[in-house]
Amino acid sequence: MNTKHSRMASPPDVPIDPATRLALYRKMMEVRALEKRAYDLFLQNLIKGTSHLALGQEAIAAAFGVAMREDDYTFCTYRGHAHTLVRGASMTGVLGELMGRECGLMAGKGGSMHLTSVPHGAMGSYAIVGAHLPIAAGAAWSAQYRGTEQAAVCFFGDGTTNIGAFHEALNFAAVWKLPVVFVCENNLYMEYTPIGAVTAVEHPAADRASAYGLEPLIVDGNDVEAMFKVAQTTLARARAGQGPSLIEAKTYRHSGHSRADPAKYRPAEEVAAWMRRDPIKLYREKLLQQGVEEAAISKIEASVAAEVDQATEAAKASSVPEESIAMTEVWANGDWSWRN
Amino acid sequence: MAELTYRDAVAAAIAQEMARDPSVVFLGEDIAAAGGVFKATVGLLDRFGPTRVRDTPISEQALIGAAMGAAMTGLKPIAEIMFSDFLAVCWDIIANQIAKTRYMTNGQVTMPLVIRTANGAGSRFGAQHSQSLENWAMTVPGLKVVAPATPADVVGLMAAAVRDPDPVLFFEHKSLYATKGPVPEGEWVDQLGKAKVLRIGDDVTIVALAAMVPKALAAADRLAEQHGVTATVVDVRSLVPLDTQTILREVARTGRLVTVEENPRLCGWGAEIASIASQELFYDLDGPILRVTTPHVPLPAADNLEDHVIPSVERIVREVLQAYD
Ligand SMILES: Cc1ncc(C[n+]2csc(CCOP(=O)(O)OP(=O)(O)O)c2C)c(N)n1
Ligand SMILES: [Mg+2]
Repeated sequence: MNTKHSRMASPPDVPIDPATRLALYRKMMEVRALEKRAYDLFLQNLIKGTSHLALGQEAIAAAFGVAMREDDYTFCTYRGHAHTLVRGASMTGVLGELMGRECGLMAGKGGSMHLTSVPHGAMGSYAIVGAHLPIAAGAAWSAQYRGTEQAAVCFFGDGTTNIGAFHEALNFAAVWKLPVVFVCENNLYMEYTPIGAVTAVEHPAADRASAYGLEPLIVDGNDVEAMFKVAQTTLARARAGQGPSLIEAKTYRHSGHSRADPAKYRPAEEVAAWMRRDPIKLYREKLLQQGVEEAAISKIEASVAAEVDQATEAAKASSVPEESIAMTEVWANGDWSWRN
Repeated sequence: MAELTYRDAVAAAIAQEMARDPSVVFLGEDIAAAGGVFKATVGLLDRFGPTRVRDTPISEQALIGAAMGAAMTGLKPIAEIMFSDFLAVCWDIIANQIAKTRYMTNGQVTMPLVIRTANGAGSRFGAQHSQSLENWAMTVPGLKVVAPATPADVVGLMAAAVRDPDPVLFFEHKSLYATKGPVPEGEWVDQLGKAKVLRIGDDVTIVALAAMVPKALAAADRLAEQHGVTATVVDVRSLVPLDTQTILREVARTGRLVTVEENPRLCGWGAEIASIASQELFYDLDGPILRVTTPHVPLPAADNLEDHVIPSVERIVREVLQAYD
């Protein structure tokens, strides 16, 4: 669905065309299938280390994946399987990286928290909270300087709004009018701590927007069409030279913060209420209501299921990386040496 | 002696000091209600309450800055930086402010604080969550640097660090949290700046730190059993202050020195020890000093790649034999 030309920002009452709606559904399904598979592979001890899943938060990445131009830039966090996949990186590349296989996007050198696919504009997953906000601003500056009308989109969590880099990047991007869209995925928790317990305002991103001259934008992050529309308008604004936007998308993760976390600190009623608002379930119902044939939806589901099975087999079949690659790509000449 | 995990020793040490001294406070991200991401601080909130055990926002500069301000004005804060890699986010406060203020004020300000942090590789967390960064701290005048290898040292050195009037960076090793060991009953306080000789041999002195200590011990066993080489193993424990007396005594006796370091090669703590030994023991050395380190590369995530770069028992044995056979 990515095209070289940005979609026109559609006013809220203009319906999204049928092909785009199915594309949104498919992207969400792809993320869901991939993340569930990542979880299963962990249980089988085929994935080591850590991983942070986007189960429940699929609509945000999917909407941007569909709305972004092929040459736009994505910057995301350790919770970045989704944001990398929706730009067109292969499932095999993602699963292979999580499994530490040669076929992985970075041949096993980066791992789950650092997924990167530059050919797809996925400019990296950053595991130090806040680091990538100024970096995304820099990519946006580069686009502005080169006059390309590319935009950078930077995804991060609610907890990230309390680190200095968030505030520095927003002011910087606003002052330089940079084509960057900052997307705060407010899943109500910074790791294990409720965001309200550590934040001075109710809406961690939106309530800070005015400090940087930005409009507060709060969106239902589990409504993929709402997310798609706000993606379109903010990307159009960026391309038009009107500067950055800050979106706060309300959402919820279905699983723990990371693999090690059973998420017992969340009240059962809260979890149940959000499970009822599963973005994929909601959208499936909506598509049916809108008259989309059940068969068209099932076809997508079957195709995605086959795709993830195939990718899993391909990743399992891939060998572990040659040990020698641990000693490559420190420098631009491919080498690691530091003395003669 | 009670048998504790390294993980539980952390909470035990903090509890021992908080119970003793009401000016000791503890702050960090997810340390209170959640008991820490490594579950090393479980129970402290319940025991000491939310005014002394405080969850912070993800604001490393603010939390380390606050620890400094509190230390300047009568408290003895213990601050957690969840992964040592995040020290980079608040390095200004640590390296420019905390380390230098006593000196710049000609002793007007005292800085009794401890920054404890989870350090090191082995968990397949990749390049930004696996580093061994003791060396960063070691290069800054005004910081003390400790890295325990056993549960007993976690308690004893943490107690010493809290009671020390100067700022101490306390590096806990992630891959040791699950290990167990005896800890003395009752109040247990050790001393900063004391290395420990763990094993006596005549042919070579192996000096190691943190997670490299058990590997050095295993390598020494193998060298003795399979190659007839007997090694002394010294756990450095404290990089600043550094117990050169113990280290140099053992090196002089065996005539050979090997350092085993998890950090990347350049400017590792072993280089400093090697330089001191070559200067002060030149005529006692029977051969070149050897440093076994991670090569000078960032850390890869895949398990076989991480295992390839971090010094292993096999590699320690091989390099020692290559150098000395
Ligand atoms: C500078 C820094 N401090 C702390 C951490 C540890 N950490 C990793 S994720 C996280 C919580 C982030 O919460 P949020 O921004 O809401 O993102 P979410 O995980 O909910 O998507 C923390 C504290 C880190 N990676 N970097
Ligand atoms: Mg969050």
